[in-house]
Amino acid sequence: MFNLTNVVMEMNGEMDANGGRRTIMQIRDLKKVFNGTVVAVDGVTFDVYEGEIFGFLGPNGAGKTTTISMLTTLLRPTSGTATVCGFDILKEPNEVRKRIGVVPQEYTADEDLTGYENIMFCADLYGIPRRISRERADELLRLVELEVAKDRKVETYSGGMRRRLELACGLINHPRVLFLDEPTLGLDVQTRAAVWQYIRKLKEEYGMTLFLTTHYLEEADALCDRIAIIDHGKIVKIGSPKELKDSLGGDVIELGVQESDDDLTPLISSVQHVKEVKRVSPSEYRIKSELGEVTAPMVIDALRSKGYRVNKISLTRPTLDQVYLELTGKSIREENGDRTQAMRQRMIMRRARR
Amino acid sequence: MTTAEANKNLVQPAGGIPAPGDKSNSTIISSSPYHGLWALTNRELKKWYKNPVILLLSLIQPVLWLGLFGKAMNFGAIFTDGAFSIPGLNIPKEIINQLGTMLMLNVFGTTDYFSFLAVGMLSFIVLFTAMFSGMSIVWDRRLGTLNKVMSTPVARGSIVMSKILSSVIRSLVQASIILVLAVLLGMNISNITAIGVLGTFASLALLSFGFSAIFLMLALRSTNQNTQMAVVNLLNLPLLFGSNALFPASFMPEWLQAFVKINPISYATDIGRQMLLGAGGMGTLAFDFAYLTAFAAAFSIVGIMLSWRLLSK
Repeated sequence: MFNLTNVVMEMNGEMDANGGRRTIMQIRDLKKVFNGTVVAVDGVTFDVYEGEIFGFLGPNGAGKTTTISMLTTLLRPTSGTATVCGFDILKEPNEVRKRIGVVPQEYTADEDLTGYENIMFCADLYGIPRRISRERADELLRLVELEVAKDRKVETYSGGMRRRLELACGLINHPRVLFLDEPTLGLDVQTRAAVWQYIRKLKEEYGMTLFLTTHYLEEADALCDRIAIIDHGKIVKIGSPKELKDSLGGDVIELGVQESDDDLTPLISSVQHVKEVKRVSPSEYRIKSELGEVTAPMVIDALRSKGYRVNKISLTRPTLDQVYLELTGKSIREENGDRTQAMRQRMIMRRARR
Repeated sequence: MTTAEANKNLVQPAGGIPAPGDKSNSTIISSSPYHGLWALTNRELKKWYKNPVILLLSLIQPVLWLGLFGKAMNFGAIFTDGAFSIPGLNIPKEIINQLGTMLMLNVFGTTDYFSFLAVGMLSFIVLFTAMFSGMSIVWDRRLGTLNKVMSTPVARGSIVMSKILSSVIRSLVQASIILVLAVLLGMNISNITAIGVLGTFASLALLSFGFSAIFLMLALRSTNQNTQMAVVNLLNLPLLFGSNALFPASFMPEWLQAFVKINPISYATDIGRQMLLGAGGMGTLAFDFAYLTAFAAAFSIVGIMLSWRLLSK
C-alpha cells in the first residue's frame, strides 16, 4: 500500500525517524568540565521533540542546571555540540537567544520595580517595539493571573506570584522553547499545582516546547511527556514516565491464599501477563506482572476455578521513585547537594516564602 | 541534506513567519545592537531615583567634607587682619593682607580654600559613585539577574555599557547638587560662566566614564560583594589624596607629585578650577581634556572587550 506518511516525511525532511516527531533540540555528546577537574556534565546526547514537555530529573549537583545553562548559551560547553531551533549554541548564540525563553531557578525580577515594569524591561531586552510589548505584557499578566497586582512593587509579591511573574517574563518574546529551571522549588503544594497548571496551559495554547529540570519526582511524573534521568553528569535513562515505570517489570500483586501445601506458582504463572511469581510464605505470593489491574482479577479467577480461595490481595504500581532508586542506587530524597548549592536554594526558598 | 540543515529550514521559518501553533503575531525582534542599552540603563536609574534615601545618603559625605574641611581649613584667615604679627617688626596690615592674598593665589590659585575644595569635591563624588558601579553587577550575578539578561539577545557590551552610563548620569546629577550646595555655602562665583560649567561637567563625565569602567572590570567575575567593598576601601583614599582635589600638588613630595600627574582626578579637578574659578592650572585645558578623553576611551574599550570574554564562562 502506498504510504503517504513516508512520502511526506521524505519530501519535507522534517520528520524525525523517532516516531515521526519534529526535533527541536539536538544535543550531542555535550560536556562541561569546570576548572579542568570537576566534570559537571559528562557527554550527554539526546533529542527534544517539538511541542513536548521534556523533564530533566536528577539530584542536586547532577548537572541539570549546567546543561540548561549551556543550552541557553550562558555557559560554553567544554566539548560537544547542541542545536536549539536549528541553530548551533556556539556558532549562532544570538539566534538561539531570540527563540528561547528562560525561567531561571532564582527570582530575578527587580524587587524595587512593579510587575508590569519588570515585564516591560524583559520586552526591551528583546527589542520588542513598545506597541507590541504593551499588548503582550497585558496578555501574559492575564495568563498568569497577575493583572490586579501588576502595578505593585515585586517586593510585596508572594513566592507563587514571583514565580508566575518570572514565567510571564520568560514568555515575552513568544519563545519556541521555554526553559524552566526548577520551576517549583520552594513553593507549597497548592502553589506548585497552580504552576503546573500554567505550564500545561502553555503547552496547549502555544504549542510550545518546554524543557524543565526538577528534583521532584511527582512533578516529572505529572507534567512531563518524556523524562531523562541524569546522575553524575550522565543520562542514565530516557523515556516517558510510563516507559520508565514499565522498565521496572510492571506492577506488583501481593496475594494471600488459604494455607495449603500445594505450590500454586505454576498455576499463577500460566495466567496471561504474569512475568514472575515468588512464593513468599506458604500462604503468600508475590507476582510481577504487566497491566496489574487486569491481571489481578484473572489470577483470582484462575485460582478460584481450581478451588483455591484468595483472602487477601494488593496491587502496587511502580513509582518513578522506584525507577530512580533502581537506576541511581539511592533515593532522591536523601540526596544532599554541595554546600553552596544548598545555601543558594535556601536563599531562593527564603525569598519564595516571603 | 543533513537533519540539522533540514531542521533549520523548517523549525526556524524564514523572515519570522510564526511557527505553527504560535497563535499571535510573529516574534518581532529589533536588529539594532543597542536595543537593550537604554532599558538596562534605565533600570539602574529607576532603582536610584525611586529611592531618594540612597541619593541623600550619598550626598552627605561630600557635603560634610565641604562643610567641615572646607570651612575649618580656612587658610586665607591666617594672613588676614592681624591674625599674626612678627615681634620687633611693624608690618602694616595691608601688606600682610596683600602677602596673604598673593600666597593663596600662588598656592591654591584662588583666594579662598573653600572654593578650591568645592571643585575638588565634584571629582570626589564622581569617584565615589563610580566605585560602586561594580557593586550592582555583583548583585545581579548573585541574584541571577545577570544570567537572565544574558539569555536574551542583548549585546554583552551593552550590559557593561549600561552600568557605566547609569553611573555617569548618577554622578553628574550628584555633582550638580554638590555644586549648588557649594555656591549656597559661599563658593566664589565671580568667574563662573555657562561654558565653564558645561566644560567642568564634560570633564566630570569623562572621569566618571573611565573610573566606572575600571571598577566594573574589577567586578565582572566577582561573586562576592565583600571583595568589592574591600577593593573600594583600599583604593578610595589613595586616589583622593594622591590628587590635587584636596591640596595643590605643589605642597607634595616629588614621588607623590608624580602620582598626582597620572591620576585622572587631578585633570578633572584642574579643568574645574580653571573653568569655574578662573584659577591657573597645572596644564592647558586642551591637554587636560585630551588626557581625560584618552582615559575614558581606553578603559571603556577594555571594559567592553573584557565583558565579551568574562561574562560568559
